[in-house]
Amino acid sequence: MHPLLDRIQQAFSSGIIGLTEWQGDVAVTVSRDKLHEVAQFLRDDPWMDFDYIVHVSSVDWPDDEERFEVVWEFYSIRKRHRIRLKARVPESDCVVDSLTDLWKGADFMEREVYDMMGIRFRNHPDLRRILMPDDYTEGYPLRKDFPLRGKGWRDTFEFLDEIPR
Amino acid sequence: MAFEDQRTTVYKIDPEHPESESLPTLRTEELLLNMGPQHPSTHGVLKVILELEGERLVKSTPVMGFLHRGVEKLAEDGTYHQFIPHTDRLDYVCAMYNNFAYCRAVEKLLNLQVPDRAEYLRTIVAEVQRIIGHQFWLGAQALDIGAMTVFFYTFRDREILLDWFNELCGARLTTSWYRIGGVERDLTPALIDKLKQFLEYFPAKIDEYQVFLERNRIWIGRTKGVAVISAEDAVSFGLSGPVLRGSGVDYDLRKYEPYSAYPKCEFSVPVGKNGDTYDRYWIRVMELYESVKIIRQCLEQMQDGPIMADAPSVTLPPKERVFTNLEAMIQQFKLFSQGFDAPPGEIYCGTEAHKGELGFYIVSTGGGKPYRLKIRAPSFVHMGAFDHMARGYMISDACTIFGTYDIVMGECDR
Repeated sequence: MHPLLDRIQQAFSSGIIGLTEWQGDVAVTVSRDKLHEVAQFLRDDPWMDFDYIVHVSSVDWPDDEERFEVVWEFYSIRKRHRIRLKARVPESDCVVDSLTDLWKGADFMEREVYDMMGIRFRNHPDLRRILMPDDYTEGYPLRKDFPLRGKGWRDTFEFLDEIPR
Repeated sequence: MAFEDQRTTVYKIDPEHPESESLPTLRTEELLLNMGPQHPSTHGVLKVILELEGERLVKSTPVMGFLHRGVEKLAEDGTYHQFIPHTDRLDYVCAMYNNFAYCRAVEKLLNLQVPDRAEYLRTIVAEVQRIIGHQFWLGAQALDIGAMTVFFYTFRDREILLDWFNELCGARLTTSWYRIGGVERDLTPALIDKLKQFLEYFPAKIDEYQVFLERNRIWIGRTKGVAVISAEDAVSFGLSGPVLRGSGVDYDLRKYEPYSAYPKCEFSVPVGKNGDTYDRYWIRVMELYESVKIIRQCLEQMQDGPIMADAPSVTLPPKERVFTNLEAMIQQFKLFSQGFDAPPGEIYCGTEAHKGELGFYIVSTGGGKPYRLKIRAPSFVHMGAFDHMARGYMISDACTIFGTYDIVMGECDR
């Protein structure tokens, strides 16, 4: 196993759901309540030393019991390695701990996830929509049940029937 | 009509300085100012709400999304090949880099090896794009700050390269020249000659740009010590590219996660010290020299060979075969209507674009379309640090900060 994953497994007896390595990408899935603790470990542990936040993203799996997956990606400038941290949240309770206190850059990235997928971040300083308008009420565009053609005003248009030939 | 006097006189008596008793002080309050969405220095459509104390910025809140087109959602509906032209429209100033970053990500997902010549071609064109990007940036930033002449000089040379792109792929800006597994077409001898001529001509021109600025008192005054960010903060905010290197952090994916033909070239990564606008300017100018060096080496080392990976189930057949050969035509049709079967899994692949780290995070569940595609756009991440960097500076410095990020809203809003 990858040395990073080994070390994480040793440090945490519970809360680690999955450790994967594919195409050179190392990923850790943690349970939601352990997320902040693991993230803190990733940043502060001298072997990990993940000081750089790459992106925050989210994936929608509508058929799963815990529907949403929040993904953080970190890099270590000094150690030059990468890791991906993932946590699952159910649709009924779409809340996950914010990591803005550990990485300042997480602020805008988490706002984007909230805007696009509707996942709320606990203790986020300023959780508002970022790309969509503030008063947008038609849902969260990147969810799989949001139609590609969009929703809202245009659905109220009356279309003329095709002219019979 | 009588105007209410805004300068309401308030008499304050300071017991320690009784002589100020007779002096009226002016009423002060914080002022909210909307900058944008149509301010010329915002490089697109961006609004920033500025809280001002006098002319100092107390707090600034970027309001983005005016150019949001839902590119990530569109990606989920098309095949992998069909997404390449969409990437052109992200950072429309430097389309080649977006193509490059996207194709690299898909190749990582497919575990596809690109032939040697294609790697060199990719590196050459990426570095030409870097030169174009930095020229555009230098012209625009100088214009924002008030030095207009540089703009004409950089755009004169940028035209040469855009014409070169036009000859290479038929488009100046929305190029779509990279393909999954290789590139669309080879450089012709005429194009190589033109590029060589440009490399002879260009270094003297970089010196020329610097002459306009390095001894310009206004330029120095408006860049030195403006928008300073410490190395620690820059890393914590996730800044990348010249903005991060300006603060003295040596982080360049071309060097530390080498890809394409970069490991075979010798070049250095300029790193700044002070983390101010001037250092970021200096880095970009130095990178112009480095780009010239990289292109020269690539042109020397490049050997003849195929420009597309040998993986017929994934890569597009060459155009001349599509028009003459039935199998090739069927293959082309199948690849565009159904796509290829990507393995299930997820990858992140970052590429050092001239703005910073441009990354693609792709989740695949098999089949011809990405299940989820996330774009890590450097402009978006940089905007997150705007408030931090602008605090305490003047309103006019806000324009400098937009410029120093090299922000393009197409990429920021996606």
